[in-house]
Amino acid sequence: MTRKAKREPQARGTRGRTFLYAFAAVISLAGLLDATYLTVLALTGETATCGGSTGCFEVLGSVYARIAGIPVASFGVLGYFSAFSFAIFTGFGYERTRKLFVLTVWAMFAMTLWLLYVQAFVLHSFCRYCLFSAAITFLLAGLVVATPPPRGSED
Amino acid sequence: MKKYLPFLIVLAVGLLTLGGGTLLYRAKLRATAAAAKNSKAAEADKAKALHVRGEAKAPVTLEEFGDFQCPPCGTLAGALKQLEKDYGDRLRVIFYEFPLRVHEHAREAAFAAEAAGLQNHFWEMHDLLYQEQANWSKGTDVRGMFKAYAGTLGLEVDRFLRDMESAEVKARVASEQKLGTSRGVESTPTVFINSERVPVPSLNPAGLRAMIDKALQEKPAP
Repeated sequence: MTRKAKREPQARGTRGRTFLYAFAAVISLAGLLDATYLTVLALTGETATCGGSTGCFEVLGSVYARIAGIPVASFGVLGYFSAFSFAIFTGFGYERTRKLFVLTVWAMFAMTLWLLYVQAFVLHSFCRYCLFSAAITFLLAGLVVATPPPRGSED
Repeated sequence: MKKYLPFLIVLAVGLLTLGGGTLLYRAKLRATAAAAKNSKAAEADKAKALHVRGEAKAPVTLEEFGDFQCPPCGTLAGALKQLEKDYGDRLRVIFYEFPLRVHEHAREAAFAAEAAGLQNHFWEMHDLLYQEQANWSKGTDVRGMFKAYAGTLGLEVDRFLRDMESAEVKARVASEQKLGTSRGVESTPTVFINSERVPVPSLNPAGLRAMIDKALQEKPAP
């Protein structure tokens, strides 16, 4: 099999789909920036001030902000970078990465639900940076639902 | 070229994230160091910068690296108060923050004590935090409890809450932790008497008394 054959024909994807994946990549970038900023704060021992609100201090300084000593935000960096990469590849016609994109987004969605639960019912505080990230993940999940698999796809 | 474009985009974004993150990390570290430096410079009197209880010229200095959520530190706090009373102006006690990661609320408690310190009530908050340790340690709303303690001590509560989040307070806790680490502190309480580390088995009233007496013999009161 040649390298050219591995890359499935781009013709399958319509312009609309390409646009949606490009949009998904752009919003993943926004999430990547947010998660990178929060990771740096966690590594330097700072907590964001959220413009005078105490929410970030309480959320980012809590035990739920780390898993086995690793900042939760760093998993966000990994998730958003993966989502961005898979969206780019899918947008360029690499159909096999679409499944990975979908899987990544749903994993992030599940994690986001857990983090929202912790903020709402355990800590009773919300961090704006975390809410921004949650909004991006919801948007990505919406895009996954709105973008049907191409014709002939197994899923 | 188009075949390689997605790889190039992903690679570029990966490198930019890594590079940007590293630059931001360095900038934040510099800012924290500068805040710690400025904080020190602003406090002209070194004695004022330290949390000291007792006579400045006391022949024995007991330094404690403590964590407000650590139960043995709470026990030690009571013993130290008795020792301070017994030795009077021959003993001075210095407290350094060393909140351990294993204690969920220790860092916030350290911030609360330091915020109270900015209103010249560090020791009052120190004593109250240890006295109430069993209550707030298990609490879900520790911040609310610290706020109530600040009110009890007659502090300006709004300022106290702001100070708890301030870079100055965080830098102070971080710098004291750094100091402890540089002196080999790994657990709490860690106590030094005239710069000599007190072994863990001696961290009790009798053991501390013996070491203070020994220090007094070596360096009697002027």
